[in-house]
Amino acid sequence: MKKILLIASLTGLCLTVIPSFLVLGGKISWAFHSNLMMLGMLLWFISAPFWFGKEKDRSE
Amino acid sequence: MSGNSNRLAERLDAMYEFDREPVAENKLQGFTNFLGLYAGEHVAGTEFILGPLFVVHGVAAADLFIGLIIGNILAVLSWVFICAPIAVRCRLTLYWQLRKICGPYLTYIYSIVNALMFCFLAGAMIAVAATAVGLPFNMPMPGLSDVYPGSISWIVIVAVVGGIVTLLAILGFEKISRFSKICAPWMFLVFVAAAVSVLPSLGCHSLGDFWRVANEKIWTGTAVEGQLQFTIWHVMFFAWFANLAMHIGMADLTILRYAKKWQYGFASATGMFLGHFVAWIASGILCAAASGTVAPGPIAYLGAGVAGAVCVVIAGWTTANPTLYRAGLAFQIATPNWKRWKVTLATGIATTIAACFPALVMKLMDFVALYGLLLMPMGAVILVDFWVLPKLGMRSNFTEWRKGLFSLPAFISWTGSIGISFMLPLEIYFKALPAWFAAVIIYLLLSYVEQLRSGKEVART
Repeated sequence: MKKILLIASLTGLCLTVIPSFLVLGGKISWAFHSNLMMLGMLLWFISAPFWFGKEKDRSE
Repeated sequence: MSGNSNRLAERLDAMYEFDREPVAENKLQGFTNFLGLYAGEHVAGTEFILGPLFVVHGVAAADLFIGLIIGNILAVLSWVFICAPIAVRCRLTLYWQLRKICGPYLTYIYSIVNALMFCFLAGAMIAVAATAVGLPFNMPMPGLSDVYPGSISWIVIVAVVGGIVTLLAILGFEKISRFSKICAPWMFLVFVAAAVSVLPSLGCHSLGDFWRVANEKIWTGTAVEGQLQFTIWHVMFFAWFANLAMHIGMADLTILRYAKKWQYGFASATGMFLGHFVAWIASGILCAAASGTVAPGPIAYLGAGVAGAVCVVIAGWTTANPTLYRAGLAFQIATPNWKRWKVTLATGIATTIAACFPALVMKLMDFVALYGLLLMPMGAVILVDFWVLPKLGMRSNFTEWRKGLFSLPAFISWTGSIGISFMLPLEIYFKALPAWFAAVIIYLLLSYVEQLRSGKEVART
């Protein structure tokens, strides 16, 4: 389960940043990039709270 | 009077009781924890404003890049060589370190000044979040020279955002603190992505075009009319002193006391170079793409759409919330008969009223410089007390040793150094350096006089 969450989170971060470089290179439109960023945001916030920073909290 | 004095000291101590003892060996944290902590802390709501302000102050591209690199390196070195060595030797919070040197009264005054600064910072962050919340309502955005609220809708939205932030601060901030950690990597990428996606609108279609566009369209070297013209010195000193209260001012003793070695101070480089370099550059690009608009909501939306607007709300909210909570905590000492929720509510109302004034955001650079300047001298006092006094045969923590409530040398060096700095014909960004030297000299001389006059054994045992 944790692996799936990790993959979802990383996909979220990739969807946040990679499309902007495709806009810079003229490969995709700004509107498409904006939608992908929104999708990335949803993926990150749905998956990251279940694993991100949890181990650190326990060690504190 | 003496009874009242002791009660104040007891109340103050009770607020910080849980971290009274030095950090135990088994509680020390690894280097990577500090990397994450500093990165998260310095990619915040303020970055959405500071980057654009460099653009409107007419910084030239080369000045910006070189100034930020030098300034951020100086900031990191300040953490490494000034704050961290004392943190790992004493392993105490700033509060308890000051308490030993200055006594509870002066520490209390310092806490209140700090809390007031926190309120203004929280107010600025509420205003930042409001610029994004107002987007769907077509709210008129505050302009660069606006001082007073420009519309009823601005006041209403600031009040709503301030109300929510205050309510959440009343409920506590631990969960929000964890939420802000989760937001940090995503927020940083939003900064980068938003900036990269607007580059084509500035005429940059590949990374090879960047430097030309940076010089011609973004950091042009010409200030907006009515704004101070910045040079490389302004950039360098601002980057160095943006967190003056934290490094030279020693507030980060509280964080770095968990470090295994003083070299962990180098972890601050993540915060400086991700937040105070990449994020400032990114938000500057967004400002240029938005034709000089500095309101964070619209510029983030321009670059990243809905995700950008959400990022601004979250950045403002996660910065304002713990800040407001800590300010409420400090004020509670002054109002012991009030419940904590009442104090936080009152603090939140005052902060929200302050947030209605756009000047708080538009003059953020001046505020950040003032914030550091007001708190920094206490860091100089700690430095001298810890390193210099014992070397001159004097006693460190003299006020604690004589069971005093107030250190006059520390008070005079604090207020005197600030007074001297304001008399100097320098811009606010440059006042901190002479103020630091003034604080060091005043504290050294007055400590010598105090310990000499005490007629007691002053040699360090």
